[in-house]
Amino acid sequence: MDFNQPADQNLFDRATVVGKPHARIDGLLKVTGTAPYAYERHDVVAGQLYGYPVGSAIAKGRIVAIDADAARSAPGVRGVVTTLDIEPLGIWNYNVARLFGGDVVEHYQQAIAVVVAETFEQARAAAALIETTYERDAIDVDLEAGWQRMQGTGEPSTQVGDVDAAFDSAAVTLDQMYHTPSQTHAMMEPHASIVDWSDGGQMTVWTSSQMIEWNRQALATTFGIEPDRIRVESPYIGGGFGGKLWLRADAVLAAIGSRALGAPVRLALPRPFMINNTTHRSATIQRIRLAAGADGKLTAIDHEAASHTLPGGRGENATAQTPYFYAAPNRRVIHHLVEMHLPEASDMRAPGEASGLMALEIAMDEMAEKLEMDPVEFRILNDTQVNPSDPSIPFSERHFVECLREGADRFGWADRNTTPGGRREGMWWIGHGMAGAYRGHLNLKSGARATLSNGRVIIETDMTDIGTGSYTILAQTAAETMGLPMGRVEVRLGNSAWPVSSGSGGQFGAASSTAGVYAACVALREQIAERLGVSDPEFSDGNVVAGDNVTPLSAITEELSAEDSINFGGFQTEDYLMATFGAHFVEVAVHVATGETRVRRMLAVCDSGRILNPITARSQVIGGMVMGTGGALSEELAVDLEHGFFANHDLAGYEVAVHADIPHQEVVFLDTVDGVATPLKAKGVGELGVCGVAAAIANAAYNATGVRVRDYPVTLDRMIDQLPAV
Amino acid sequence: MSPPIRFEMRRRTFLVGTASAVVAANIPWRANAQPTSLAGPERSTFTLVVNGEPRELAVDNRTTLLDALREHLQLTGTKKGCDHGQCGACTVNVNGERINSCLSLAVMHQGDEVTTIEGLGTPQQLDPMQQAFFDHDGFQCGYCTPGQICSAKAVLEEIRDNVPSHVTQDLTARIEATDEEIRERMSGNICRCGAYANILEAIHQAAGEPT
Ligand code: FES
Ligand code: FES
Repeated sequence: MDFNQPADQNLFDRATVVGKPHARIDGLLKVTGTAPYAYERHDVVAGQLYGYPVGSAIAKGRIVAIDADAARSAPGVRGVVTTLDIEPLGIWNYNVARLFGGDVVEHYQQAIAVVVAETFEQARAAAALIETTYERDAIDVDLEAGWQRMQGTGEPSTQVGDVDAAFDSAAVTLDQMYHTPSQTHAMMEPHASIVDWSDGGQMTVWTSSQMIEWNRQALATTFGIEPDRIRVESPYIGGGFGGKLWLRADAVLAAIGSRALGAPVRLALPRPFMINNTTHRSATIQRIRLAAGADGKLTAIDHEAASHTLPGGRGENATAQTPYFYAAPNRRVIHHLVEMHLPEASDMRAPGEASGLMALEIAMDEMAEKLEMDPVEFRILNDTQVNPSDPSIPFSERHFVECLREGADRFGWADRNTTPGGRREGMWWIGHGMAGAYRGHLNLKSGARATLSNGRVIIETDMTDIGTGSYTILAQTAAETMGLPMGRVEVRLGNSAWPVSSGSGGQFGAASSTAGVYAACVALREQIAERLGVSDPEFSDGNVVAGDNVTPLSAITEELSAEDSINFGGFQTEDYLMATFGAHFVEVAVHVATGETRVRRMLAVCDSGRILNPITARSQVIGGMVMGTGGALSEELAVDLEHGFFANHDLAGYEVAVHADIPHQEVVFLDTVDGVATPLKAKGVGELGVCGVAAAIANAAYNATGVRVRDYPVTLDRMIDQLPAV
Repeated sequence: MSPPIRFEMRRRTFLVGTASAVVAANIPWRANAQPTSLAGPERSTFTLVVNGEPRELAVDNRTTLLDALREHLQLTGTKKGCDHGQCGACTVNVNGERINSCLSLAVMHQGDEVTTIEGLGTPQQLDPMQQAFFDHDGFQCGYCTPGQICSAKAVLEEIRDNVPSHVTQDLTARIEATDEEIRERMSGNICRCGAYANILEAIHQAAGEPT
């Protein structure tokens, strides 16, 4: 199905299933512990051995020798393969560092060996016996120094008008520096795979991946084999947040172990190994300059940022939103990639905007204060309905102003204390803050197969459900399109044997894959109509209705199957700018003596097209708000500057938000639809929830205390020496 | 024992098989002369009572209770999130108390009563706490969920038994299942998907208190 123009009125505008709250159809399995995750597939193949990885103890250099003799002769060990034993393996498009093979070390904890044994305990013990000799190269892991080198150089990615002139003539200006630290996905299920490549022919991979087809292609490139010899399964995924977009060492080492030993091998990355072995969100350094007239209208925005990456990587482009979010006739945007020898920086939930808005939305708060304006009104005044960097391109839909107004209303924003440090309750300073949220929307081609069998419809696609609710919203889409109740739809996901979908990432999954399932169901409807010899029938209440001719779907005894994809036309990006918007409002309490910040109340208002299922969409947004709270107050990968690795590489040292950190959360979805986006008029929402949250908290902490923290996380040591006298 | 596939010892050329024929890859193979089974004291035989059923185990002494459940009894409902007592995904109930099963060796539990998520309910017959999690969408990816549910049940018991927590203000009064008490007691169970607000509602439902 080609989607070449905006959707008109269609069946989803009269929907009875799509857009309605429906409990997760995979929920019963998840609450009973019966949903099988990657490392739990004891049943899929007999004789599984245990693999255990070994990582490099240096950040950069060469491996001179690996002595694995002791490991090889340790009890239960069936084999050891070291990186010196094989040619450097291939590197797929979006991977940066090599996953295995050869003597070059590109980052700390890069995999250098795999031990395969009969039990987990044996493999782990033997792995500790491996001795490696390195030739260590000098490293550079100093982002601040990189920023100093690159600041003011390079070609801007966006340059509109005359920024310097606008600053010279502005009534009010702001020029500030902001820092965000590196962050890690810390999904609860570690990367894990079982691989059977015993005979060197077919490779079967049971893994935990957001993107089945990318995983398969990456395996093919890595091992130099044809993709059609590889089958990848990932029906349940214990979280990803971008960390499982890519093929990682778990599958590669398990495949090598399986090939070497002629038996299936299971391997999970140990938690303390994960943070340095896999990818993370890069730290950023950002300089933001804003210029405005006395009326509060922005006249110029200048955003320069830097992030780190291994050579050839993408870093974290904190300027992602700046070309589009606010109006201003003059604008300059530039992002510097600083090549550093830390582990691979890559995508994490809302890559770019998450870090960018942490800074930009503090800057907007500061600017509103300078202008003596309410921060909500300041943002409303600087709204734009067109791409401000190219005003001939309108936003497909943009209801940011409604988000701000609705949020302010519901939160009781007007009643807040506006003098920083002006409200105290017992031992706590109380403050309120807000921030805008912006996240671009993107679609990817997505396919599915729909099969009618005994009056039921089965959907098969390689789409994944990483906790986002894919199973449920795809069932809702099929139920709506086929006129069936939810109980008569079965959804099968995460298998490369089935049509290629968008996969889950970049908040494109829900919108793209539901459109793909719609396309497959429309193709199935056409087959059914043809089979029944009717034209243009209605599908409702389990029946095919063509005039007086009513046939129950269950009366069709023959199994019918149709496959199709949704192909998104160029008009979406040529004629429109698609994005999602939100506004966050937060109340915090900051301890008068320690400076500890506690979040007391959170509200998000979202404009992200049709909400396909308000239950799962709300969960996505509150989950984003939780991650944003961690980002605001505690999450920080600490860099060991001497050795070039993240020192707090486990869940004790890297502090994510826990139950006690999270207050009541309210989420409001504006009733907006976006016909430019998909036939279901839906856009993503999973990443929007994390965008802007941290800045709202930082702004609230400022309102509480008068201490402006521009470096995340907003920990007590950054507040304590400036707190108001008590 | 001879390996199922022999590899050519040619270093640094990793040949892979074709669909039709197996080609030797050069991953070096060293035949292992060591006995593959462990002897005496490194291994123990003992019985756990898991979900009411006695289960005999013969495992390496280093095996954690978590791995005994997941790998040996193949009760994979209990999850491994960190293996270091940092996440709570492995929470199970042993002799009436919740513990992190990754921090405990299986061999220490001879005769102990272990209740896992599988012992609470099934998709056809949910425990009230499982039902409450389902009703309130108290999860997303579902990986932390069995641990959250096992912890939540124990939290309500601990409150009923008047066991104080870090946030208990008055040690002489009856402890109530307040938001603050529940959040504090659940804080050893990380949910990176961030379902905390929904989990709280679920626990209130299961506690039979107004939400
Ligand atoms: S697996 Fe036991 S606490 Fe994380
Ligand atoms: S549901 Fe994913 S970690 Fe809790």
